[in-house]
Amino acid sequence: MARQKITIDGNDAAAYVAYNASEVIAIYPITPSSGMGELSDAWAAQGVKNIWGTVPTVAEMQSEGGAAGAVHGALQSGSLTTTFTASQGLLLMIPNMYKIAGELTPTVFHVSARSIAAQALSIFGDHSDVMATRQTGFGLLASSSIQEIMDMAAISHAATLESRIPFIHFFDGFRSSHEVNKIEQLTKEDIKAMISDELVTQHRQRSLSPDRPVLRGTAQNPDVYFQGRETVNKFYNACPDIVQKTMDKFAQITGRQYHLFDYFGAPDAKQVIIMMGSGSETALETVNYLTEKMGEKVGVLKVRLYRPFSNQQLIDALPQTVEKIAVLDRTKEPGSGGEPLYLDVIAALTEDMMSEKPKFAKMPRTTGGRYGLSSKEFTPAMVKAVYDELKKDIPKNHFTVGINDDVTFTSLDYDPHFIIEGDDVVRAMFYGLGADGTVGANKNSIKIIGEETDNYAQGYFVYDSKKSGSTTVSHLRFGKKPIISQYLIQSAKFIGCHQFNLLEKFDVLDIIIEGGTFLLNSPYPTDQTWDKLPNRVQQQIIDKKLKFYAIDAYTVAQETGMGARINTIMQTCFFAISGVLPEDEAIEQIKKAIKKTYGAKGEEIVKKNYEAVDQTLANLHKITLPETATSTIKLPPIVSDSAPDYVKNVLGLMMAGKGDEVSVSQMPIDGTFPTATTQWEKRNIALEVPAWDTDVCIQCGKCAMVCPHATIRIKAYDKELTKNAPETFKWTEAKGKEYEGKAYTIQVAVEDCTGCGICVEVCPAKNKQETRLKAINMVEQIPLREKERANWDYFLTIPEFDRTQLNVGSIKGSQLLQPLFEFSGACSGCGETPYVKLVSQLFGDRTVIANATGCSSIYGGNLPTTPWAKNNDGRGPAWSNSLFEDNAEFGFGMRLSIDKHKQYADELLVKLSDKLDKELVDQILNAVQKSEADIYEQRERVEKLKKELEKLDDDSAKQLLPIVDYLVKKSVWIIGGDGWAYDIGYGGLDHVIASGKNVNILVLDTEVYSNTGGQCSKATGIGAVAKFAAGGKATPKKDLAMMAMNYGNVYVAQIAMGSNDTQTLKAFLEAEAFEGPSIILAYSHCIAHGINMAKGMENQKLAVDSGYWPLFRFNPENLLEGKNPLKIDSKAPKIKLEEYTYKETRYKMLTKSNPEGAKELLKQAQAHLLKKWKLYEQMAGFDYSSNDEKKDA
Amino acid sequence: MDLKTKYMGLELKNPIVPSASPLTWNLDNVKSMEDNGAAALVVHSLFEEQISHEAGELDHYLSYGTESFAEARSYFPELEDYKVGPVEYLDLIADIKKTVAIPVIGSLNGISTGGWVKYARNIQEAGADALELNVYYVPTDPNKTSADIEKLYVDVLKAVKSNVSIPVAIKLNPYFTSFANMAKQLDTAGADALVMFNRFYQPDFDLNKLEVVPNLVLSTNWEMRLPLRWIAILYGQVKASMALTSGVHNATDIIKVMMAGGDVAMMASELLMNGIGRVNEILTGVKNWMEENEYASIEMMKGSMSQKSVQEPAAFERANYMKTLQSYQTLI
Repeated sequence: MARQKITIDGNDAAAYVAYNASEVIAIYPITPSSGMGELSDAWAAQGVKNIWGTVPTVAEMQSEGGAAGAVHGALQSGSLTTTFTASQGLLLMIPNMYKIAGELTPTVFHVSARSIAAQALSIFGDHSDVMATRQTGFGLLASSSIQEIMDMAAISHAATLESRIPFIHFFDGFRSSHEVNKIEQLTKEDIKAMISDELVTQHRQRSLSPDRPVLRGTAQNPDVYFQGRETVNKFYNACPDIVQKTMDKFAQITGRQYHLFDYFGAPDAKQVIIMMGSGSETALETVNYLTEKMGEKVGVLKVRLYRPFSNQQLIDALPQTVEKIAVLDRTKEPGSGGEPLYLDVIAALTEDMMSEKPKFAKMPRTTGGRYGLSSKEFTPAMVKAVYDELKKDIPKNHFTVGINDDVTFTSLDYDPHFIIEGDDVVRAMFYGLGADGTVGANKNSIKIIGEETDNYAQGYFVYDSKKSGSTTVSHLRFGKKPIISQYLIQSAKFIGCHQFNLLEKFDVLDIIIEGGTFLLNSPYPTDQTWDKLPNRVQQQIIDKKLKFYAIDAYTVAQETGMGARINTIMQTCFFAISGVLPEDEAIEQIKKAIKKTYGAKGEEIVKKNYEAVDQTLANLHKITLPETATSTIKLPPIVSDSAPDYVKNVLGLMMAGKGDEVSVSQMPIDGTFPTATTQWEKRNIALEVPAWDTDVCIQCGKCAMVCPHATIRIKAYDKELTKNAPETFKWTEAKGKEYEGKAYTIQVAVEDCTGCGICVEVCPAKNKQETRLKAINMVEQIPLREKERANWDYFLTIPEFDRTQLNVGSIKGSQLLQPLFEFSGACSGCGETPYVKLVSQLFGDRTVIANATGCSSIYGGNLPTTPWAKNNDGRGPAWSNSLFEDNAEFGFGMRLSIDKHKQYADELLVKLSDKLDKELVDQILNAVQKSEADIYEQRERVEKLKKELEKLDDDSAKQLLPIVDYLVKKSVWIIGGDGWAYDIGYGGLDHVIASGKNVNILVLDTEVYSNTGGQCSKATGIGAVAKFAAGGKATPKKDLAMMAMNYGNVYVAQIAMGSNDTQTLKAFLEAEAFEGPSIILAYSHCIAHGINMAKGMENQKLAVDSGYWPLFRFNPENLLEGKNPLKIDSKAPKIKLEEYTYKETRYKMLTKSNPEGAKELLKQAQAHLLKKWKLYEQMAGFDYSSNDEKKDA
Repeated sequence: MDLKTKYMGLELKNPIVPSASPLTWNLDNVKSMEDNGAAALVVHSLFEEQISHEAGELDHYLSYGTESFAEARSYFPELEDYKVGPVEYLDLIADIKKTVAIPVIGSLNGISTGGWVKYARNIQEAGADALELNVYYVPTDPNKTSADIEKLYVDVLKAVKSNVSIPVAIKLNPYFTSFANMAKQLDTAGADALVMFNRFYQPDFDLNKLEVVPNLVLSTNWEMRLPLRWIAILYGQVKASMALTSGVHNATDIIKVMMAGGDVAMMASELLMNGIGRVNEILTGVKNWMEENEYASIEMMKGSMSQKSVQEPAAFERANYMKTLQSYQTLI
């Protein structure tokens, strides 16, 4: 069968081989490897067969540790087994990896290599994770391009069977896992030819079977363990040759020859770089340039088999002439004598020098350097800088390249203008929004060019750090030769800007070449477009003599029924003016691609897209350039002048997309950042924002309560303050006795609003004259922007309401509390953040937060700016993220520490009581800290105490001062999603709630792993489609609340703000007041549910009304009063389950993909729901009036 | 006793036909209809909007928020095949055909002459014996004349007819300036049957929420008077078969429909309220009535009370209005 040329990404390439060569696949989501598991699950759901004609079994586990355990078990039972992971996930597999390797068990783990969380988490690529496994006994095989990923995957699956050494096949996260490139796809026959049936049989024969029982996994003692460990040596000794033999066999089948170490460059090179992974492709490209164009004697040695490391083959592969070597590691090992590859090369060279017949007369001078951590760009300029450094007599060792290390001066200087991109490659960049479909269209373009022409094509996509209003930058390359540039485009021939306002945010035309083509989606008529451009952009267009085209794509989209999706239109423009393909052919191919992409979703969608293509060309216009730039439109500053210096000078660079310019000295040494920085990033992403109608408003506070981004704020204040307010500042008489005589304002931060509209949906007040209007209505943002900016600034100057005087138990009262979580990067309309914000309002000034990795840690802690904020006293939540799996324990540790501080402070206070105001000491020690007023008074006392302590010359006083603030009650909140609470972190969560310690756990239950793209968790409802449950989840949601209630001494609440906000508020107040562990399960609607996010609260209500998500509170304190601890706060199911579930795509789509299955699962779900409801009802009905705990009390 | 009737070319064993309702979503219901003696059945409607919007909605939500964030480039698994728009409906028609032997009438609900009418052919290919075209249209545009509206009905009927070879019935509402003329136009345009009448579900106001809310009220017996009148008037004036739908609840209703000149009587509300078993009960009632009143066949009574057959044709016209008012006056 002929091999196809396809354009796919690295994950796809690896998964294709792994799926075909496996029988059992254990998976767990982690970026950037999730795609491999998702594809495997989807293929299995579709019944795709492997090379032996059977559909592999794909099983999602609760963690990577679980996946590794399952892999180990499956291997021991004789199946060909694989898994996919990265980063912390790989670290969790390490214990099993020792076992798997120790037992000489063939398997391949495919790893999209990613940074390890150290001073900060990073999802991007480097080799820190795989380097942490090099001691496990696994073989490590590196791929540096998409073609290599497919090839090495096949080689590793074959080699592991023969060598019995398990393998990690790794490639760079994102740069390789997510790059789309044109490759030759191996056929099933190719893969089958690589894998020996005989070796498969041998693998099976070694398995555990009661029909031929053996025992494996003994405990060995000092007498034999050592010897046992040495038994594997011959296998490791043989492995490199087996891998080479396998590579040779692969070459016979495909014509592509690989070696353990492949040298490229001048045969008589004097300077050689040794490295592995995608960076070696860039090094190769640079070597080609330097040798061909500049006659330099340089070369690069690509390491493919890193473990077992073959010293001899490394030495053999180096040119005899080499004088200097730089070993580049994409990892950092603080405190080591050098990074791992460097040390291995040094060892190999040294051993060779010490051998009987050394290859080199003189050992090449060898240095080591670090590059590319966390996908840091690695460009030809950096490669050249390394060679230039090697030319020096004593080149710098232990260097870095790609950053400015102005602290320990490790970095090499490089010339950013050294660009080697030639005329033979078309380079196009596209700036767009996630929402406008730019990336999807570009992926289609790559497929068209890659698969329908003889061109090679490459695509790489850079995404935003925010989930709402996110921007994307696409980098596309096309050419007649394979494209090996593994870095972002440095000089573009074509730039498309799909959003006019991005011209103000980015220097879009910075790297376009002279005479290049610029395509702009302009909302203005052609004859007005030029005048609407910022001056800088006009000047760049004139100076660079650009060919400038514009189209009003949104109008074309509206007219052709495409809504806000301009992808097809802009794609058509690109083909029409770039000349990559003849226009007719391009349009034919676009239509073919449309059919392929949208065909499954119905002919109507295809038709609409065709219509958009057909309408595009008539609306695309070339703009004639004037001679001078006349625009007076200046670019707004990225950060306000009033921002702190750190925000302006460091975070501001990141905001401007120039974070690469931040030097080492500008970064905090231990990952500690100031809070309250989102306020300085005015993103202006909403087209429409809410406007308040003072006459209609009933001042209920619901709009502020549900606002996911804390952009709706309420204050009640002295009327005097309205006198100096800006003219358009709105206020009205405050309603309610407690606010009598005060002014009342609802102010919207229009520059921070994401325009979700959820506030309008929940507003209960209607305009009596025009019932379509409410007390808060969406209006266009731009005309309001300037005035509302001034109003917002004025609003901030109005003092906050005195917390001690508020009834925080009412929605209205709680919403007068200042949110200390604001303007996060969460999705527009997010269902999680209203709960998180409420925690910050109610307890923020005395809260420490442990946040599990996931959506909440990303919108809570992703740079450049972070949403956790401070009040005017400088107090606010202190926040940290440890890991995904350990969050309950992390928060538990915080509690232990805080309690210890408090205990020690009490002890010191008692000790010092003779030297202090005795009454003050007594008051502090015996303070009841339940209400806001209590806490205020205790704070006042502690302030007084501090002053007294400062006067004392006493060791105990000195010890007390740093911990004295712990005498004021501190609240610990442990926050995370269902992936953490139900799956990976459940063991720890269970232990912590069993501990009896006073921690508050908030589970933001979206019922999927939202942050990694909607994978199934044990919280996923029966019948819901999710990634890893493509055929619909067949088992019911785990009842975590019931499990927690089982302890009896844990406060448990199940809440849904959209159904009952008062119950939500009560639950938070009770949970925090409960002197023991509490857990709140909060229904959080999510973009991964496939819903209209503006109506998310309505979906919450339906979930409750159907009985799927009953509301209840289980308060063990009730036992003391002889009451049932469980109180159900919602009514018995009053609508059918489907009236809720089929409002959501996650359920509805199963009726489209598998109607019969959907019907059956719905039936089961409805039955399960009713059974569960009855059980809860019975529990809530038990009579506790004569219980023992009451008597004890 | 001969209960047979002929409806747009279909030979039916009796005149009782369950009309389009949600009951046909379930194959058990369909089987039960046949078991209880229904002569044919009309499957619930495939809506024009369903075809155009459902696919759009699925595409929108499956792609909403995708390719925006590095960790979550999508939120749903990529599936190869979705049964969107007509696919599910067509599968159901095929399944219904496998389940029952009685004629199955598909139903298309729409108003435009756009691409969706081609799904009529799909319904035919799925095995439907006939098609009911339900034109549910509230003309709210003050710029459209009655002639414009009438043309729209004729055009959509012609468009559907040109796509199929099976008989096509058109389900109508009575709100035409000249209903008799409208019926004639549709008859001329090739309608194989006229189904009278569509019930417009009038929206209600929720005064607590100040919202317009849909409000489905099942039919009551008196609602059949209007279609009964028009069937009686049209009998003999059109070639097309005639079906009465709206307000048929018992055996005497069936007899009345036949006597007015209808070929079949359609029921939905009665079955939704009191179960599919009512078909059998009503059928028995019809037989009993015929026996008691010595009617040998349905054909014998067809049109016997139509305008052209009754002693006082004016009873169906203005004179009837006067009489009705007068009869009320005698009560006070």
